[in-house]
Amino acid sequence: MSSIRVLSPGALTTIQDRGRYGYQSSGIRPCGAMDLDAYETAVRLAGGGDAVLEMTMLGVTVEFQSRMIFALTGADMPATLDGLPVPRYKRMGACPGQVLKVGAATNGCRGYLAFYGGIQVPKVMGSRSTDMKCHIGGMEGRPVKAGDLLEAAEPDEKTFSSLLAEDLTADEVKYSSDIEVRVIPGPQDEAFTEKGWNDFLSSSYEITPDSDRMGLRLAGLPIESKAGTDIVSDGIVFGSIQVTAAGNPIVLMADHQTTGGYAKIATVLSLDLPMLAQARPGDKVRFRKISVEDAQKLHEGPSFFAKLMKQFQRMFG
Amino acid sequence: MEMRIMPEGDRALVVDFGEYIDETVNDSVNRLARKIQEHHLDGIQEMIPTFRSLLILFDPERTSMRRVRSEIERLDITASESESKERRILRIPCCYGGKYGEDLKDMEQVTGLSREEIISIHSGTDYRVYMLGFLPGFAYLGGLDERIAAPRLKTPRLSIPAGSVAIGGNQTGVYPIDSPGGWRIIGSTPIAFYDPSKENPILCKAGDYIRFVPIREDEYDEIREHPEAWV
Repeated sequence: MSSIRVLSPGALTTIQDRGRYGYQSSGIRPCGAMDLDAYETAVRLAGGGDAVLEMTMLGVTVEFQSRMIFALTGADMPATLDGLPVPRYKRMGACPGQVLKVGAATNGCRGYLAFYGGIQVPKVMGSRSTDMKCHIGGMEGRPVKAGDLLEAAEPDEKTFSSLLAEDLTADEVKYSSDIEVRVIPGPQDEAFTEKGWNDFLSSSYEITPDSDRMGLRLAGLPIESKAGTDIVSDGIVFGSIQVTAAGNPIVLMADHQTTGGYAKIATVLSLDLPMLAQARPGDKVRFRKISVEDAQKLHEGPSFFAKLMKQFQRMFG
Repeated sequence: MEMRIMPEGDRALVVDFGEYIDETVNDSVNRLARKIQEHHLDGIQEMIPTFRSLLILFDPERTSMRRVRSEIERLDITASESESKERRILRIPCCYGGKYGEDLKDMEQVTGLSREEIISIHSGTDYRVYMLGFLPGFAYLGGLDERIAAPRLKTPRLSIPAGSVAIGGNQTGVYPIDSPGGWRIIGSTPIAFYDPSKENPILCKAGDYIRFVPIREDEYDEIREHPEAWV
């Protein structure tokens, strides 16, 4: 085992993996990384594992106590290693005593810092994700703080050099401050008037500052309902769009509660959640309707014929 | 019982049995969840039963909305003779009033009943667990006697200790973890409704019944130390 000492925790940094699934029927929220795309890329670049650091707006400063492989993805948080700029979206190595300083986000909202093999905190109900409300997972269920020692597996010398020799990189993702996300109507789409639906789909909504890992609270044209938005509680997913009594939409995110009593006009397509997770207060969101059938096609991937064509292009193009 | 199946995004669908709180509706929800479990439908990741609906999360790379929907429609969820009699009743020790139930005194004024009457009414009903939500292991219980219903506190408390047994409106419940809340605390149980260190961290599940059993303060401490001895 090797340790990574936290010198400065940034604004809000938590340990997250893919989330705590399987216990939602008991009221346990999944949590997990907000931007699962940037998360997966970070894990792959760092050479595997599950738990990483999710940093919000301002990054961490850490000191490596032994050799370590790491990778930075997600929000553009300029970083330095012993004062020298560190490329992001690239597998990197560090030596004992080196200090990695991750700065403030210039694009996007959440940065991911993954270490080789993942951060070794105990699993609680199958996951290492921090649940700040229930105080479980991560570092005793709280955000990372200065002085914390993060444990990770130290790669032996041979692994270390062969991992670095691969020179692994990934394409950097840029985030827009004016985004469009696809939504599937329902389950309570019928609770809203035609005007409500028109306003929801044709105007843009602003992310307000009281948005967090639990939900993005949006401001804009209030969405008109037929007879209020109170319902007998039912289940919520990552991406459900609740509408409050005042008509304001809330997109429920990774730390969402499992059930809720507000009508849900629509659900954000799961593939569009990562860019929503990178939205900052003040950014604009537009919603575009997509059918269940079209959404399913996106998951089934290219047809056999299309795959074959691609292979030909690679071979002869 | 009629059911409506609606999408909840591209990775989940919800099966709705009616927009109201009712035992028959809730029975159908739990029966459907059980049937899906028994049939090991491919690609189902997780289910969240609520008062009146079942949320089903699936992996769109292994199955599809269309397929899950048709598989559900094929399941027989009519009530069978044998199951209607099954009732898992959990006996939950509760120390009413005193330092464990600071609002019990006010409850006497709100309800116009004596302390003994309130305790006897509250512990004289088997409460149905309709669903879990809000907090880990928080059970939404049905069946509170109208005579001891009481409005929520005007100013919610910043922290209600774990184990508190409380009344809010026409509902009663147990706080599984320390949490802010506006319900009136009438007692406390030494039994943990949620313990993340256990293999099964949650005490009850939807469809169970809960019966509160009055205990004294000295018994409270004893059970807290040896909860396994309580049956």
